[in-house]
Amino acid sequence: MTTQTTQTTQTTHKVTLTINGQPYTAEVEPRLLLVHFIREVAGLTGTHIGCDTTSCGACTVLVNGVPAKSCTLLAVQVDGAEIRTVEGLEQDGKLHPVQDGFVQEHGLQCGFCTPGMMLTAVALLERNPQPTEDEIRRAISGNLCRCTGYVNIVKSIQYAAKQMREAQATPAPAPVGAEV
Amino acid sequence: MATETETPIRGMGHSVKRKEDARFIRGRGRYVDDIKLPGMLFLDIVRSPYAHATIKNIDASAALAQPGVLAVITGKDLDAAGLAWMPTLMGDKQMVLPVDRVVYQAQEVAAVVATDRYAAADGVALVNVEYEPLPPVTDPIKALEADAPLVRPDREQKTNHIWHWEAGDAARTDELFNQAEVVVKEDLYIPRIHVCSIETCGCVASFDAVEGKLTVYMTTQAPHAIRTVFSLVTSIPEHKIHIISPDIGGGFGGKVPVYPGYVIACVASIKTGHPVKWIEDRSENLQADSFARDYHITAELAAKRDGTMQALRVKTIADHGAFDAAANPSKFPAGLFSVITGSYELDAAHVEVDGVYTNKPSGGVAYRCSFRVTEAVHTIERMVDVLAQKLSMDPAELRLKNFIPPEKFPYKSPTGWEYDSGNYPAALRKAMEEIGYEQLRREQAEKRARGELMGIGLSTFTEIVGAGPSHTFDILGIKMFDSAEIRVHPTGSAIVRIGVQTQGQGHETTFAQIVAEELGLPVENITVEHGDTDTAPYGLGTYASRSTPTAGAATAVAARKIREKAKNIAAHLLEVSPDDLEWENYQFRVKGTPGKAVTMQQIAFAAYTNHPQGMEAGLEAVDYYDPPNLTFPFGAYVCVVDIDRGTGEVKIRRFLAIDDCGNIINPMIVDGQIHGGLTMGMAPALLEEITYDENGNIQQGNFMDYLLPTAMETPAWETDKTVTPSPHHPFGAKGVGESATVGAPPAIANAVVDALSHLGVTHIDIPITPWKVYKILEEHGVAES
Ligand code: FES
Ligand code: FES
Repeated sequence: MTTQTTQTTQTTHKVTLTINGQPYTAEVEPRLLLVHFIREVAGLTGTHIGCDTTSCGACTVLVNGVPAKSCTLLAVQVDGAEIRTVEGLEQDGKLHPVQDGFVQEHGLQCGFCTPGMMLTAVALLERNPQPTEDEIRRAISGNLCRCTGYVNIVKSIQYAAKQMREAQATPAPAPVGAEV
Repeated sequence: MATETETPIRGMGHSVKRKEDARFIRGRGRYVDDIKLPGMLFLDIVRSPYAHATIKNIDASAALAQPGVLAVITGKDLDAAGLAWMPTLMGDKQMVLPVDRVVYQAQEVAAVVATDRYAAADGVALVNVEYEPLPPVTDPIKALEADAPLVRPDREQKTNHIWHWEAGDAARTDELFNQAEVVVKEDLYIPRIHVCSIETCGCVASFDAVEGKLTVYMTTQAPHAIRTVFSLVTSIPEHKIHIISPDIGGGFGGKVPVYPGYVIACVASIKTGHPVKWIEDRSENLQADSFARDYHITAELAAKRDGTMQALRVKTIADHGAFDAAANPSKFPAGLFSVITGSYELDAAHVEVDGVYTNKPSGGVAYRCSFRVTEAVHTIERMVDVLAQKLSMDPAELRLKNFIPPEKFPYKSPTGWEYDSGNYPAALRKAMEEIGYEQLRREQAEKRARGELMGIGLSTFTEIVGAGPSHTFDILGIKMFDSAEIRVHPTGSAIVRIGVQTQGQGHETTFAQIVAEELGLPVENITVEHGDTDTAPYGLGTYASRSTPTAGAATAVAARKIREKAKNIAAHLLEVSPDDLEWENYQFRVKGTPGKAVTMQQIAFAAYTNHPQGMEAGLEAVDYYDPPNLTFPFGAYVCVVDIDRGTGEVKIRRFLAIDDCGNIINPMIVDGQIHGGLTMGMAPALLEEITYDENGNIQQGNFMDYLLPTAMETPAWETDKTVTPSPHHPFGAKGVGESATVGAPPAIANAVVDALSHLGVTHIDIPITPWKVYKILEEHGVAES
C-alpha cells in the first residue's frame, strides 16, 4: 500500500512508529489513518475496523500507553509514538493475564471486538488494578461487542485483575482447551 | 499398537475452553479484510443519495482520470453480461447495479476499482451521476393505496403487493371469536432493525483466467449455497468456483444474503485479471444491507371469562423493501411466523401476512432469530399480558392456566406444527421461584402505593429452529439437510468437516466434543474444519439456530457409522464376535469380561495396520442428515424494571432467563450464546430502530444514530436451565443461538407495561425509549419535572 500511495499523490510524509517495540518507517499520505498504517503498512491485522464514526472501538490500540481509536488518528499525527497492539500482548510465549482471562471466562465469541476490548482492559488494569464491576463497564463502554452481552467480558477482566494482583505468585496459565 | 491415551475425552456436557480462542486472543484471526493477495485491487461503491429516482446519465471520466483508478463498472456494463439483475433467495430478483433507476437510498449505482482503498474512494467521489428524483413510498400501508408510487415497474403485476400468505383455520377461528366472552385486540409494530455484526460485509474475489477458476473469500454464513447460486448466475461451472468463508466477525443472519458488492467484486476481478477486495464501511452496511422485522401486526385473542384462551387472529403487513430478498425457506415467505400460538393450547388460530414493496433496502432477513419467530413470539407474549390485564389476572397465573401440558407432547399446533417436546410449567415455576416472584409482586404493590414505578414482565416463549425436514424445507430448491464428514487417523486423532459455518458460535470446539463423545477420542485430538467449499461436504450453512439440530446431528450419525465399523475391528482384535461386544465407558468391551477391551485409538491404529481381511481399510464416514422434524426450544424469562419518572428511562434491575434447549454440548458456550442473545433482545426492546423520513432518507444510518447496547445499558444477565431433550435428535439437543433474542423483547416490554398498567396503559411499541415513556408519564400526570 505504501508504494501505491506514493505513486498516486504529490505529498507524502515520512512517519516512524514503534509498534510493540519494533520500529516501522514509511512514506505515507497525510490522510492515511493510523489503523491502516498498523494493518497495511506494518501488516498487523489483529487491530480491526468496525465503524466509520469512532463508535465501536474495534480499532483500539494503546498510543503511548493510552487507549485510542486508531481509526480516528492520522498516522502523521502520532509520528514517533509508541503503539501497542494485540500482537504485543503475549510476551516470551506467555499470555497477558487479560488474554488468559478472555479464554478462561469465555469473553469472546466471533473475536472481532476482542483485540480492542483487551487493550482497553489492559489500560484500565494498568491504572486501576482493582476496578469495580461498574468501573469495568464504564471503561469498556466505548467498545461494542455484538456477540457476548458483556457479562463474560466483565468476568474476563476481573479474572485478569485478580491474576495481575497475585502476579508474583502466579503459576503458568492453563492452556487453551483445558477445562477449569 | 498405539499407546493408550490418558487424555480425558471431555465430550458432551463439558465446559471445554474454546479451541478457536487461541488465534483470536493473539490477533491472529483471519477475517476477510486481513486477506492480502498479490496484485490485489480495491473496489468502492457509488451509492444513491435518493430513495427513488431515474438515472439520466453516469459520467465516469473524471474518476477514470484520477491516479490509481483503473475501472468504473456501471449497470450498463453488467447488463451487457446479463448480470445487472440477480435472483434472490425468495424467488424475486434484485438489481446488482441499476441500469436506469434506483429504488432505495444508498443503493449501489456504480463501482470504482483502484490500486488502493483511498484511491478507490477518490474515484467514487468523482463519478458524476445525474438523477431525476421520483416520489418515494416508505410506508407499506400507503404503498398499498391505489395511487402509490410503483416501486417495481419491472414486474408484470403493477402493484406494490408481493404476496399473501396464511396459515390456520379461518372459519373455526372466526366462529370462536363470534362466541367469545372476552376479546382483546392490539396493533403492534415490530420495527425495522439491523444486525450490525461488528465486522461489516466484504470479500476478496480472485479469478484465475488460466484455470478458469473463481475463488472468493467472503463474509457468508452459507458458502455452499452461494457457490451454487454463483454458478447458476454466472454459468461458471460449479467445480470452478471456490467459496471460502474465513473467520467471520459475527453474522446473526445479515451474512446470509448475496449483496451486490460480492457480485461486482467478482466481475471486477474477471475484468481486471487481478484479485479485488471489497469491504463495506459501517454506514454502507447499516444503510444498504438487508434489514430485519418491519412487521405491522394486528392481533386479537379470544378467551373465556375464566382466562381459558381459545383463539388467535392475526393480520400483518410485512415491509420487504424494494426487493424480496429475505432468506426464508422457499415455501415460507413469512418464515415460521405461524408458530405464533406459542406455548399455549388454543382451539384455533388464523394468521395472515401480506408482503409489500417500499423504497427501502430489502427487509426480512433474520436478526439473530429463526425466520420471523421473534415477531411471532412478541405478538403472542404481549397479547397474553394484554388479556391478563383485561381480566385482572396475574400474567403468570394466566400462562400456567393455558400452557400446553407436558403430557400432550408431541403437540400438534393449530397452525400445523408438531412441537417435539416441552415442559412449560416447570420452566416458569423455576423462574418464579428463583427470582422470588411473589416477593417482587409485594414490593411492586408497596412501591406503587408510594408512587414509584416498578414492573415485572414475563415471557414464556416457544422457539422453532433446526430447519429443516426436506419434505417441507428448501432454499432455492436445495433441501435443508446438513452434513458432516469424519476421518479418524491411524494414531487416533481425527478431522471433522461440516457443512455449517461458524461466526462465533464455537463450532471448532463443540463439534469436536460431539465426536469426542461418540467415539471416545480426546477433544483436543479432533480438528474441525468448515467454511471451505472445496473441502467441506455440502451444507446449507449456519443461521436460524440450525447448526446443532442439523449438522450436529449429522456429526453424531457419521460418528456412529464409524463406531459400527470400529466394532467389527474390535471384534477382530479381541477375537470375539461383534455381538459379544458392548460400548461402555468409551471402549468396546467383551460382555461379562470387562478387562477385555479396546479403545477407539487402538481400533484406529488397527484400521490402517491390521484390519480384518475382506474389510475396507481406514476409518471414516459421511452423513447427510435430513431432520425428521424441527426442534422447539423454549424458556421462561422474568424481567424486573424500574422507571425513572424524571427521565422516562427504563432500568433493567434484574433479568432471569431459564432456557431449555435440550441436551447441552458445552454449558459455557450455551451460557455465552444466551448472554449475547439477551443483549440482542434488549437492543430492539429499548434502543434500536431504523426509520425513514418522507423522502426516504434513513434516519439512523451510522453508529452515532443507531444505538447498539454498550456495557453500560446491558444488565448482568442471570441464566439457568431446564433440560427437556428433543426426542428425535440423535443426542437430544435443540439449538440455542437465538432463543434469547426471541424471548427477551416481550419480557422487557411486558415489564414496562406492567409498571404503567395501573395508569391504563395496555401496550407500548418497541423500542421503548425514554422519550416514549416520558410522554406517557406526562400524559398521565405522573412525570417528575
Ligand atoms: S473502527 Fe469503530 S471506533 Fe474505530
Ligand atoms: S465477540 Fe463478536 S463482537 Fe465481540
